[in-house]
Amino acid sequence: MRLAIASGKGGTGKTLIATSLARLWADQGRAVSYADADADEPNGHLLLNPTITREDRFSVKVPVLKEKKCAGHGKCQDICAFNAILSLKDSVLVFNELCHGCGACLLACPDNALIERDREIGTISQGMADEVKFYGGRLDVGEARVTPLIAGVVDAALDNASDEELIIIDSPPGTSCSTMAAIEQADLLLLVTEPTPFGMHDLKLAIELGRALNKRLAAVINRSDLGDNTTKELLEKESVPLLAEIPFDRAVAESYAASRLPVSTCADFRERLMLLSEELDIITRGASK
Amino acid sequence: MKEIVVLSGKGGTGKTSLTASFALLAEQKVSLGDCDVEAANLALLITGNDTSEESFVAGQTAFVNSEACTACGACVEVCRYAAIILPADANAAIVDDIPCEGCRACSVVCPTDAISFSDVRVGTIFQRKTAVGPMIHAELGIAQDNSGKLVARVRKDTRSRAEARGIELAILDGPPGIGCPVHAAITGVSLVVAVTEASSSGLHDLERLLELCGHFNAKAVIIINKYDLCVEVTEKIERLAEELNIRIVGKIPFDENIPRALARREAPIVIPLIRETIQQTWNDIKQELGIAWTPIF
Repeated sequence: MRLAIASGKGGTGKTLIATSLARLWADQGRAVSYADADADEPNGHLLLNPTITREDRFSVKVPVLKEKKCAGHGKCQDICAFNAILSLKDSVLVFNELCHGCGACLLACPDNALIERDREIGTISQGMADEVKFYGGRLDVGEARVTPLIAGVVDAALDNASDEELIIIDSPPGTSCSTMAAIEQADLLLLVTEPTPFGMHDLKLAIELGRALNKRLAAVINRSDLGDNTTKELLEKESVPLLAEIPFDRAVAESYAASRLPVSTCADFRERLMLLSEELDIITRGASK
Repeated sequence: MKEIVVLSGKGGTGKTSLTASFALLAEQKVSLGDCDVEAANLALLITGNDTSEESFVAGQTAFVNSEACTACGACVEVCRYAAIILPADANAAIVDDIPCEGCRACSVVCPTDAISFSDVRVGTIFQRKTAVGPMIHAELGIAQDNSGKLVARVRKDTRSRAEARGIELAILDGPPGIGCPVHAAITGVSLVVAVTEASSSGLHDLERLLELCGHFNAKAVIIINKYDLCVEVTEKIERLAEELNIRIVGKIPFDENIPRALARREAPIVIPLIRETIQQTWNDIKQELGIAWTPIF
């Protein structure tokens, strides 16, 4: 099963739930991979504390002139939808941060004067956190486009997983192309929300995103006792199954803050996560029938 | 005019609650902009009437004219986003709007010029009238690219409304992360208010955010939210701030009454002790900006 954990709003507890499920399932002897797809601000390693066995630099393609000079037709500039290449009299100027690596300029150049080179934008690391296979993406500070790196992290986790493996994808907040890259290969989208107007507003958008991508949806309400009922009502209205409600517990917050997985330190939290895990098993079995 | 942006790296540290609090404490009218266009929540705390609504168009998407298409498959070959498909029994290629980036590579290779492009509505921009001043907020469409362009537009409108009304200060509620929408929100601001929390994740993400501030040559101050959740981390944040010579303008304790207030759509300053702390923070921020406002209401 490929389980993506997302939220719309930041700070609702995605990483808490994702790393806790990974630990719990590994403790139960199940094969688990955890992929940290929040490559802007990856935090899963702080909780799972993996031993990194491999680090690869991740690159995207950008255009470059084969020779120093070109005929200056300007076709590359005309075709580029992102204003990333400027045609000069006899050469080009490429704005790497704007380039989407689509290759249109190479196709448009009548002299085939452009080729592509790799440009590094981040790192993908792999390792083990006890029995959990760990994958993490990390965007270089100053880089703008995180989406290709996120797709790279998810691909790395999926490529190395067996059919029976549980793959947890810890997604970035939001509802744009970067979140889409994290969740698009998932079988199930688990939305972590909170019972506040903020949580509800952003949950609505996350449900829309899931629906646009034809994803099966389920939800968890975190800090379920610190708010109102509107989030729950929205889930009912949208027919999204609510798999668990986790009340606020200062001990959980303190444990998380100090990089200690609360699933190992707080008995009540572990109990609730076990119930969530059982619910997930039930609905994924239903899905595979 | 001065412009501050509230950022955090990590989501959920309290950017929106603090932005709203500053706006409510401000002694003069401010111009507000919600730059978190993927999860825009400032309008939930700062009530008012939306006086206008405008579509925001950026980028394009491909369209295949099925009569001109010969189903040769050249477009499918060059598309790097798997956005154009040619089912086995189809007599024309089909575009999937969601992954299509409108890059036009397909149109370069199409032998019959069957592919055209149309503009994409990537979001909606709202103007709001509130008791604390004008506000711009926006919503990015689902699975859209171009959030950076929408953020840039929100900023531009926030500034121009401030200038039109002689308002001295714009306050921007920023997006999480350190990527493209944050770059659009941080370029050229007077001050970054970096809101972190006393957790290892909060610290880790703050370090990356402050590095980004250095990259953009943006002056920053720090607020430590929930500072009593983990004293060790708070001390580490304080050491980091000292090393980088960045001022800590506030330490806010964890208080269950804050999420309870937010659930009622009230900013944390409704809680008297928290109000005192945030007032002090606000005074420090004004000092950093060189703003000397005397209360008018």
